[in-house]
Amino acid sequence: MMDAVLFYLFAALAVGSALVVIGQKNPMYSAFALIVTLCSVSVIFALLGSPFIAVLQVIVYAGAIMVLFLFVLMLLNVRREEEGARPQGGRVLQVVALALVALLGAQAAVVLLQVEPGPAPSFDASTRAMAAVLFSPRYLYVFEATSILILAALVGAVVLAKKEL
Amino acid sequence: MTVSPAAQELILAVVEVALVVGVLLGLFSVMTWVERRTLAFMQFRLGPNRTGPWGVLQPIADGIKLFFKEEVMPAAADRWAFLAAPVVAVTTALLAVAVLPYGPPFTLPRWVWPGWLQGRTLQIQIASIDVGLLFIFAVTALGVYAVVLAGWAANSKYSLLGGMRSSAQMFSYELALGLSWVGVIMVAGSFQIADIVGSQAGWFWHWNLIRQPPAFLVYFIAATAEVARIPFDLPEGETELVAGFHTEYSSMRFALLQMAEYINMITVSVLCTNLFLGGWNPGLPFLPATGILGFVWWGTKVSLLLFVFIWLRGTLPRFRYDQLMGFGWKVLIPVATAWILVTATAVAVHVRHLQVASR
Repeated sequence: MMDAVLFYLFAALAVGSALVVIGQKNPMYSAFALIVTLCSVSVIFALLGSPFIAVLQVIVYAGAIMVLFLFVLMLLNVRREEEGARPQGGRVLQVVALALVALLGAQAAVVLLQVEPGPAPSFDASTRAMAAVLFSPRYLYVFEATSILILAALVGAVVLAKKEL
Repeated sequence: MTVSPAAQELILAVVEVALVVGVLLGLFSVMTWVERRTLAFMQFRLGPNRTGPWGVLQPIADGIKLFFKEEVMPAAADRWAFLAAPVVAVTTALLAVAVLPYGPPFTLPRWVWPGWLQGRTLQIQIASIDVGLLFIFAVTALGVYAVVLAGWAANSKYSLLGGMRSSAQMFSYELALGLSWVGVIMVAGSFQIADIVGSQAGWFWHWNLIRQPPAFLVYFIAATAEVARIPFDLPEGETELVAGFHTEYSSMRFALLQMAEYINMITVSVLCTNLFLGGWNPGLPFLPATGILGFVWWGTKVSLLLFVFIWLRGTLPRFRYDQLMGFGWKVLIPVATAWILVTATAVAVHVRHLQVASR
């Protein structure tokens, strides 16, 4: 009961703030709305019984990445989105985009109609269980390879951004 | 009258939340007075000593004054963001408070009322979650937005510069803060703060202060920077930026920002006590670590740390901005990372040793 109330509350908050992200002309507002979206999604993860993923969602996305977004926006001091030159064939693109969104919506509706209502699947998503899976031989090499890739990207970014080290 | 177990839990939770928040808010007002008096003595002044005996009623007078002041909002400010900033600051500060254990578990005596509480073992901790430390890290990361919002919304040069400085500072030192916890987590084998305290029981050389000295140093420096106190108070930097991100704030909104800062300072001290100073363990195994005495050890350590923060403020000058960023990225983070390698090796060797011994 309590879980259901919380779920609908934060699901509505997530969808509502996501709409603000794309509908808002002011980029700062969009960024803040995106933070609200990410935090709401994190609460839904927590309700599904996975506090570890919920917390990581906040640390990585709402915390680290969005701070950088906001930092750049503040540095450039963007107040309102500039009305840029419209691309050629704007009308056609609009129709295509609308059709794609409609397709996506139809697919979501089909999935929703097929799903039988029932309790959420229970699974062990504690930190210990997560680590056991992540560091098992099956995923260990992929995990380490990803870490090295991210490190390489980090070093590359520093080298590109700084003219002289 | 019988109370169902669910209702008992609910009542306990509500009482606990009220108790923790109430004590913290009380402590915040007391801390403002203690800080001003202590600083004054360190600088051969007297400090506020007129309101009540030794001036202890000064916080109440300040509160009344702030309450009745006019709330000014700059004409060009972004209204909603300007109003949201203090709310975000206090919310994130109070969220971090929720997962901290305050003192040892204790058993209630037989004479308490109501009857279902008799002989029950409790611990003052609002939420004991599996990922306690990570949750604090996440909430600290969100706390930055209060400063960013406040700095940007006021539409003033000083606020914006202060907001930008502090977002860069908090972001950089958050990394060092998180890395300094990793060694402690590895030694304890748990993210839960109560488990980490438990791993430091016995003699005082089991404390992480002794077992993990570099981690403690990195934590303490990064935590001071995270709560933006001298020598890391560049977000405010009154000689350069008037008052930084809260330049345009007045009245109760200013008080809320101030309150968030003090609550963060208390959180950081409580966390430091629990992670590095053995929590409620006295450090001498023949003394009891639970019950009233446990609270005494724990409270003494927290008060000592709070005093050290004030002491630092009375002693040190402020960092220069480039020095601050250089120190964070080029000293603290490498030291913390190297220490993680050392601890990981030690833990791995120790585990191997245990496995060989048990075979």
